[in-house]
Amino acid sequence: MSALTSTRRYFHSHVKARIAALLVLPIFWLGVLYLGSLAALFITSIWKIDTFTSKVVREFTLSNFIDILTDKAYFNVTIRTVGVALSVTIICALLAIPMAFFIARIAKPKSRPVLIALVITPLWASYLVKIYAWRTMMAPESGFLNWLISPLGLSSPGFGLVAVVIGLTYLWLPYMVLPIYAGMEKLPESIIDASSDLGAKPARTFMRVILPITGPAIIAGSLFTFSLSLGDYITVQILGGTFQMLGNVVYQNFALNLPFAAAVALIPVIVMMIYLASVRKTGALDNL
Amino acid sequence: MNISRTTRFVLWSFMIFGLSFIYMPLLLVVINSFNTNKSFNWPPTGFTTIWWEKAAVNTGVRDAIMLSTLTAVFATIIALILGTLAAAAIARYDFFGRDVISLLFVLPIALPGIVTGIALNNVFTNFFGGLTFFTIIIGHATFCIVVVFNNVAARYRRMGASFEEASMDLGANRLTTFRLVSFPMIRNALVAGALLSFGLSFDEIIVTTFTAGAGQTTLPIWIFQNLFRPNQAPIVNVVAAALIVISIVPIYLSQRLTQEKK
Repeated sequence: MSALTSTRRYFHSHVKARIAALLVLPIFWLGVLYLGSLAALFITSIWKIDTFTSKVVREFTLSNFIDILTDKAYFNVTIRTVGVALSVTIICALLAIPMAFFIARIAKPKSRPVLIALVITPLWASYLVKIYAWRTMMAPESGFLNWLISPLGLSSPGFGLVAVVIGLTYLWLPYMVLPIYAGMEKLPESIIDASSDLGAKPARTFMRVILPITGPAIIAGSLFTFSLSLGDYITVQILGGTFQMLGNVVYQNFALNLPFAAAVALIPVIVMMIYLASVRKTGALDNL
Repeated sequence: MNISRTTRFVLWSFMIFGLSFIYMPLLLVVINSFNTNKSFNWPPTGFTTIWWEKAAVNTGVRDAIMLSTLTAVFATIIALILGTLAAAAIARYDFFGRDVISLLFVLPIALPGIVTGIALNNVFTNFFGGLTFFTIIIGHATFCIVVVFNNVAARYRRMGASFEEASMDLGANRLTTFRLVSFPMIRNALVAGALLSFGLSFDEIIVTTFTAGAGQTTLPIWIFQNLFRPNQAPIVNVVAAALIVISIVPIYLSQRLTQEKK
């Protein structure tokens, strides 16, 4: 019996060995390399730095966390960041639900793939290009938006909170439309008919039947819009003016005070963990 | 469902608003790449192709495109292998810790890029002897695996195990079954995952910022470095416009793929 055949026999009769063989490399990459790096980073957050050399000193301290918890500025930036991430998620949902509904239920079946393609296309355009485009849109005096709305007596809000929310909404909108569209397309017509046969008006059918069934899809979409907004710092740099989010605080401290940056970076991770834990039960993670 | 004309009109308006919201800024970039005015004041002052000519001979741009392409190719190859292995294990077997592992495969996308970035940076500089070209690939592969995994796992779940079981009942071993039965069925998912993974890697800037060695300028990093330099602004704009136009290629490919399925 050749070595190859005996190996095959072995895997054939040992299920666990088969699973292990399939998983050893992926687990090594994500479980050891990636999780290990995350663990190493967060261990760093209980160390301090030598104030002269900026080198990490491996000595236990809780001062990074005490600083974050006692300085009101970090509390404010956390609230601001979660607020922006939530606003972006809500605006994306408010835009995406009617768009997805239109594509899945009102547009002619023939034009559906075209409309979906139109929504997805910008996903392939570069992240920076899109934010850059909004820079030219939002520029305070000579920008396109200003030119567009100045006849109405309005002026562009320029760079700051509003521009950041618009930019992030723009970036992540397709991630919201796609899962909701997929959810609404799967919806059998018979359920909708049943609801209206039983006397529900379209608005009620929408609120009580369509929305609950597409709930997991909306949550799946929100996972992207929320998480991607939560950690962003580049959009904030380009469109935010002096506006700052958690990512900017991490970025600024990264080179000079890694332990502190690690402690701040723990905030979005904890927020995300809470978010993931609370949506896991809805089955939204299988909808990604 | 009977939808009133007013509702239809409102929904239609949302669609039109959504699409113009999506396309207006992109269109603006393309138009501005022919604008004679260097600071892109709106409306444009005149038509010129000089920025396109300058961008075409810009060596910085060319090198950056090369580097980004190489990175994306390697990251995608790693992602295809590891993502498919993991998807096969999780979709076909039930084992202790399976839920934890599927959660692990969402993490690199669910956690902010800057966290992944500084975590890898910390480990690379302290234990792996610093940042190079290869550390960018490792960083990118980490989130590309997730994309391939999601695509392939979804396909595995949808196609069920009966074809593979039939193949093995008829005497084919596991490798042959994979080659002749599973692989043809997941091929489209692999291509879709590869396209997405290539696109993500080519475009990634946050993880790249923290994992790129000195002088390793990928295209997004090049754009970011030159974004605030007034002299380079028109070239950046042309690169942006070109990227918008090129992005039609993967769309076309993925549309072809979905049509094949039907």
